[in-house]
Amino acid sequence: MRPRLLEWLRQGASGRSAVSALPLLWLVLFFLAPFLIVLKISFSEARLAMPPYAALVEWTHERVLAIQLHLANYHFLFTDPLYGNSFLYSLRVAALSTLACLLLGYPMALAIARASPARRNLLLMLVILPFWTSFLLRVYAWIGLLKDDGVINNLLLALHLIDAPIAMVNTSFAVYIGIVYSYLPFMVLPLYSNLEKHDASLLEAAADLGAPPWKAFLRVTWPLSIPGVVAGAMLVFIPAVGEFVIPSLMGSANQLMIGRVLSDEFFENRDWPVASAVAIVVLIVLLGPIVIFQRYRSRELAGAA
Amino acid sequence: MANDPPAGAQAYVQIENVSKRFGDFIAVSNVSLTVERGEIFCLLGASGCGKTTLLRLLAGFETPSAGRLLIDGQDLADVPPYRRPVNMMFQSYALFPHMSVERNVAFGLEQEHLPAREIARRVGEILEIVRMTPYLARKPHQLSGGQRQRVALARALVKRPKLLLLDEPLGALDRKLREHTQFELINIQQQLGVTFIVVTHDQEEAMTLATRIGVMNHGEIVQVGTPRQIYEFPATRFVADFIGSVNLFEGRLVEDEPDYVRIQCADLPASVLVDHGISAPPDAALWVAVRPEKIGLTREQPAPADNWAHGVVREVAYLGELSVFLVRLDSGREVRATLANSSRKPEERFVRDTPVYLSWDASSPVVGSG
Repeated sequence: MRPRLLEWLRQGASGRSAVSALPLLWLVLFFLAPFLIVLKISFSEARLAMPPYAALVEWTHERVLAIQLHLANYHFLFTDPLYGNSFLYSLRVAALSTLACLLLGYPMALAIARASPARRNLLLMLVILPFWTSFLLRVYAWIGLLKDDGVINNLLLALHLIDAPIAMVNTSFAVYIGIVYSYLPFMVLPLYSNLEKHDASLLEAAADLGAPPWKAFLRVTWPLSIPGVVAGAMLVFIPAVGEFVIPSLMGSANQLMIGRVLSDEFFENRDWPVASAVAIVVLIVLLGPIVIFQRYRSRELAGAA
Repeated sequence: MANDPPAGAQAYVQIENVSKRFGDFIAVSNVSLTVERGEIFCLLGASGCGKTTLLRLLAGFETPSAGRLLIDGQDLADVPPYRRPVNMMFQSYALFPHMSVERNVAFGLEQEHLPAREIARRVGEILEIVRMTPYLARKPHQLSGGQRQRVALARALVKRPKLLLLDEPLGALDRKLREHTQFELINIQQQLGVTFIVVTHDQEEAMTLATRIGVMNHGEIVQVGTPRQIYEFPATRFVADFIGSVNLFEGRLVEDEPDYVRIQCADLPASVLVDHGISAPPDAALWVAVRPEKIGLTREQPAPADNWAHGVVREVAYLGELSVFLVRLDSGREVRATLANSSRKPEERFVRDTPVYLSWDASSPVVGSG
């Protein structure tokens, strides 16, 4: 009995582990290993050499294994105001963009979820359609719209609504436009997939019990859509914090987002240890929202089952 | 409204020439109906007959294409669902999944802006009536089907509606719980004095609950009456066939006297004598319906010259308190008869292939021409 059981267990376990081994291997190879390398570099000292940092672990002459952890990089991040400021700026841009995406995306998702099935597919297509064009191309198109002699300013000038062009490109405003525009589908799609599952009879029940439509929304639709809101908010917020392309192309040179700082440290200053330290701090700060996101996602999966 | 009858004379719920079309499909077709205060009125019909649409028209989820609806003399035309003095118990119960039993039941009262203490008192009372007090902190997914049904009922009743609409209220319950809940519903209804309109496809449920039944077919009300009237005196062939099981024969009127009629049916060896008069032209084509439980089985030929047939028992279904016999007549027609199993003597049983005589009383057949 027991050997057969063991045999069965071993077979079952090996089958299961084969299935989960591949993604696990993927994560170890492409996430954990790079992360550990970055972590290691963040504790080393910058050198003018190749690679441009000192080794952490060294054999000294007296057969001593010396491990030197330089915390100076992290200390530097907290003393130079550049990092703190751009970090706070990034968080603020990401938070406000997420809020704007939510305010724009929620009505869109609700309208799609309540449209007739034929229209619903068309509307979903329209949400996904921008992905068929290169992201960079779309950012440049926005610059074309927003710049001083761009479409919007020319139109306003022609209509004599303004006397001089409004400076829009290379401002925070342009960064918000770019981020909200680019990330809106990531808010709409998870919200839609949540709202579309709502049972229409719940709203009828709310109306039947005396709740006018706006109250039924607040008491029934909104609380039931919170998992979708959280999913959408995380999908916008997390990448927006580290966003590099949009602020580089559309933002001002005075207000740097943390992604831009990170890339400057790597490529302009060639200070890999400080850049690595920045990356590690960003990761730790984003860990909080990621954990919340995962918790809601697993709760929603459990609820759907 | 000028042409209303004086107050007190009017029925509580008035449905006047109401129709509802969805595109080309006519879900409810020119229905007129009145329901009195304190009644349990059942709308009975097969699925797709328009009974649920009629209920949703009353709740305000659909607007009638024609006609008007009045409750207590008030025209409902411009009253949105959230202002109607009506509550509905949904077939799916539609309990709010993110709220506890207590919050679900309190929801309707919160919309009336009652003081918190009043809400708590009334929620406590109604949960006591439906015996759900021990479960007030549970969420709907932690409840059984029967418990959810009671919460849905409490949530609708706590608003003290003038009229409660119930859409297949017992549909999701198993047989034992159903029977129990039917009587519980009647109890609660009498305790609170609410008017019920119940939609169901289950005739047994309608029979048990209803003071009156409205039978619907293809969007129309075919007959309205007490359960006894509907069963014993079906107005049309459809009603006779739909309610309970029945043996239908085609026949021709051969004798029409004030106190009896005689009908000749091709499938029956003797004529059918009916002791209540009907009004039909001589020689008219008629249908005759005889309920299985009104047919008696004997081994010897019955004495009267009318109302009998002869055949062979084809099948016997033993159901405990009664047995159902499928008898093939000499004409080839199969007829259903049920007998109470009042005797345990084996020699009195009719087994398969026994030749038998069937007979019935002159008061039993129902005759119609529709």
